[in-house]
Amino acid sequence: MVTNEEVRTKVLDIIADIALDDDVNDLKDEVALREQLDLDSMDFLDIVMELKKRHKIEVPQEDYTRLASMQSCVEYLAPKFNAQA
Amino acid sequence: MHRLNHSKVDCVIIGAGMSGLAAGIRLSMYDKKVVILEKHSISGGLNSYYSRGKRKFDVGLHALTNTITQDDRGKPFNKLLKQLRIPLGEFKLSPQNYSLIQFPEQTLKFTNQIEVLIEDINRRFPKEIDGFLGLLEYIKKFDEVNLNNETVMAKLVVRNFIKDESLIEMIFCPLLIYGSAWENDMDFSQFVIMFKSIFLEGFSRPEGGVRTIIDLLLKKFSECGGELRFKSEVTRIISDNGKVVGVEINGGEIIECDNILSSMGLPETFGILDQDQKNHPRVGNLSFTESIIITDKKPRDLGIDATIIFYNNRPQYLYQKPQTLFDKESAVVCFPNNFIRDDFDEGIMRVTNIANFDLWNEQLLLSKEGYKDHKDIVYNESLNILKNCGLNSTHEVLFRDIFTPTTIKRYTGHFGGAVYGSIDKSRNGTTKISGLYICGTDQGFLGIVGSMLSGISMANLHILSGSL
Repeated sequence: MVTNEEVRTKVLDIIADIALDDDVNDLKDEVALREQLDLDSMDFLDIVMELKKRHKIEVPQEDYTRLASMQSCVEYLAPKFNAQA
Repeated sequence: MHRLNHSKVDCVIIGAGMSGLAAGIRLSMYDKKVVILEKHSISGGLNSYYSRGKRKFDVGLHALTNTITQDDRGKPFNKLLKQLRIPLGEFKLSPQNYSLIQFPEQTLKFTNQIEVLIEDINRRFPKEIDGFLGLLEYIKKFDEVNLNNETVMAKLVVRNFIKDESLIEMIFCPLLIYGSAWENDMDFSQFVIMFKSIFLEGFSRPEGGVRTIIDLLLKKFSECGGELRFKSEVTRIISDNGKVVGVEINGGEIIECDNILSSMGLPETFGILDQDQKNHPRVGNLSFTESIIITDKKPRDLGIDATIIFYNNRPQYLYQKPQTLFDKESAVVCFPNNFIRDDFDEGIMRVTNIANFDLWNEQLLLSKEGYKDHKDIVYNESLNILKNCGLNSTHEVLFRDIFTPTTIKRYTGHFGGAVYGSIDKSRNGTTKISGLYICGTDQGFLGIVGSMLSGISMANLHILSGSL
């Protein structure tokens, strides 16, 4: 069982590597990532590619909006991580 | 004999310049099998370096444009850093002091803060200040990197805001000579790219110059597991039924691949296609001579603390191929000592003039001696230009080196020594051959930051997004 907290950490690790000049420690989970960090559409594509590369998790294009905030990321990705485990 | 190499790669990248290396990093980061093939024995392409004795010299790069600070977000340089996963601090950027656009009647000053230029225009062209501010707002809102923008000539657009032709000439001068493949005008999208990168974001110098940038890219590429082969000239692009199947290098070895990203230039790429194509892209007209002068004293001790002077000695600015070997009436003069942090022990000055490739090539074929004599003329004129810029001549010259359009052709492979490539660009990077894409100068994002963003965007758009 992968906990929500563990999923959050995995996503945060990816975001920290992409937005490497931003401070990611004070992210508000319910606020859109775009509003808090310097992320554009190319960077969201990178989050998708990193999820695939690091965790073999596929995010189809129609689900990209589910990655908008940390909270929605965890809600959307936790079942995917657990389906693997 | 043909030595067949059956190891197939996902993508061959032609050229280890800024765009090729940046594309290579993106592709190898996401586990594509990539090989970069570089004709030369060092990387950098149009922005490279060399050594003479203990001295190190940059070629191409006068200054990095698109300068950002730790507080900036969302700018082109920010995008680049995130995509390549390189922190800003690694570049150790030092901003410019200030730069000048020096014309016979007027001089304009600008820094990395646009307010300085606004104030100077207000002082020298008071009737035009509202027009200039209007232009500024229009530029800030314009989406210059939209790949579907139509081609519109920039002077037509700018004349809607500014009436005084001499102010228009002055604004265009730095933007043309730092990136335009077109003579005397440019596409408006490219104008906006250049305007933002030079007037709104500004100049800086990485500690160690162009080497620092190239070394950071090389290190990242190698960490991502990419392969780079020097002295590997692609002599043929092999296609089958309009689809890429591989390349031939050094006239023998064949590497199979699904995709090719070519940064060698559009006419140059067409030149190695195995099937004859109609409508060959045109070879660009703009090439340069440059005098590099090392002195015992530093420019600021000789009366100049400007970082770059865009010098023009005519009422009109002629950004075009001259009918003479080089144009002595206009130049870009760069003083690498004059960034906020001075990295040098000696004085260094670079004087760059627009030049005519065909005439230099003729000279070179005629006689080595004559070619050398003409290089001396370029050097002597550069001393005159420095004097006209206000440099007092109490210094001793310790070393000098002069390069010409033929030097540029020899080291970059660009036809006609065309520094900014062809006037025909492939903005979306596609060609008539499926799997063959263009990045770098002839895709059309300009400057060093532009060329790296070009490699990144073409790799993302055509190769990575297709495999998601």
